[in-house]
Amino acid sequence: MALWFENLKSQFILNFIEGDKWKWLVDGLIVTLQIAFFAVIIGTIIGVLVAVIRSSYDMNHKKLHGPIRPILSILNFISKIYLTVIRGTPVVVQLMIMYYIIFASSTNAVGIATMAFGINSGAYLGEIFRSGIMSIEKGQFEAGRSLGFSYIQTMWYIIIPQALKNVLPSLCNEFIALLKETSVAGYVTITDLTRAGDLIRGRTFSAFMPIFAVALIYLVLVMILTSLVGKLERKLRTSDH
Amino acid sequence: MTTNEVLIKVDNLTMDFDGMRVLKGISTEIKKGEVLAIIGASGSGKSTFLRTLNLLEEPSGGHIYFEGTDITDKSIDINLHRQKMGTVFQQFNLFPHMTILQNMTLGPIKLLKKSKEEAEKEALELLNRVGLKDRAMAYPNQLSGGQKQRVAIVRALAMHPDVMLFDEPTSALDPEMVGEVLDVMKELAKEGMTMVVVTHEMGFAREVASRVMFISEGIIAEEGEPQEFFSHPKNQRLKEFLSKVL
Repeated sequence: MALWFENLKSQFILNFIEGDKWKWLVDGLIVTLQIAFFAVIIGTIIGVLVAVIRSSYDMNHKKLHGPIRPILSILNFISKIYLTVIRGTPVVVQLMIMYYIIFASSTNAVGIATMAFGINSGAYLGEIFRSGIMSIEKGQFEAGRSLGFSYIQTMWYIIIPQALKNVLPSLCNEFIALLKETSVAGYVTITDLTRAGDLIRGRTFSAFMPIFAVALIYLVLVMILTSLVGKLERKLRTSDH
Repeated sequence: MTTNEVLIKVDNLTMDFDGMRVLKGISTEIKKGEVLAIIGASGSGKSTFLRTLNLLEEPSGGHIYFEGTDITDKSIDINLHRQKMGTVFQQFNLFPHMTILQNMTLGPIKLLKKSKEEAEKEALELLNRVGLKDRAMAYPNQLSGGQKQRVAIVRALAMHPDVMLFDEPTSALDPEMVGEVLDVMKELAKEGMTMVVVTHEMGFAREVASRVMFISEGIIAEEGEPQEFFSHPKNQRLKEFLSKVL
């Protein structure tokens, strides 16, 4: 038993302390968080846009007149292609296409990866937001419009806040998935958390410590995220009494 | 209270739903200060007619002139005209994610560009008038049906409309709450507000309305002053309808 502990201790020192290799993990973690955070923002913006386009088309396109009708049809068509392509291909492949083909001349790997993950997440978020918008009863639209708000203002002030609240659990799922998906960033030369752990493994030839450390850090991140969303959910529930 | 100034003029209004003609050519004038009660069986087209007045339903044919402007004209900005037409719905349609005060100030702040303080002061005065000042910070789901509908009415009033449209405002209420909502509407009528009310409350129509309109199968089958309308109905369908509801 004592021997086992002794062994564990020397493994720990070898993998994290010697040559300050723990700093690799910290640097990797920062890169992971950076990519995930900005990808969430990009994804949310794209997602809201796609959701508004798709739900507006589904709910209204038959009633529209004038030039707005073909414009909405085209936007809806583009959105559908976007959803099909993004959801139909693996995120690693999308990442490699962005890095090695579309932005082959750029060296800003983190920036490109952030964009790739944001664009990827936007497709899933778009469908989540759309289901949220469609779940709001028609009377809410009518009340907004009858006060004199435009369609977009009604969406922004009245529909989207309620829709967000309804889809918060699915949204949390998607954020968790995105955070973990960034672990493939190593494919395009980025030293994120996962890649940092793997680099340590390559240096020390011992897999157990670095890889479990990486797993533990992801787990803690997800638990923090889950509890934050839980808090937000409880706060938003005040209007439900 | 009725004046001679025409506020809304409806000219040969038609409405088709999936090939079915729901409104078959309705023409009428609503004068400033008038309280028009619209009655009719369900499916007669009365609610559709009311909802076309602010274009929540877009008519298939005909014209609606509001304060002299043809609002069925596609080139006008309907949002500006809707600000002048308050609408109260059967299902209240308060915004559940906002407090009562926020419900009432959203329009005045964002559309009328009032300051938050001014909008809130006015909202509290309106709430006071309907006895709900102490509920300003509550959320809609914490209110009874009658309270919600009173809030819905003052939320519309906060926009200073020139006409108020009511779409069966008491139909979703428990019977004991109908009175409190009708009282607010009576007050409003007394103050000279132009009102168009689709209702099943014959007592209200008789007592408060300056004109009663009976819509049947998409046309105005009969209309007139309440006294004459209810005591000497001429239209056969109206006679049958009144015999069922009175």
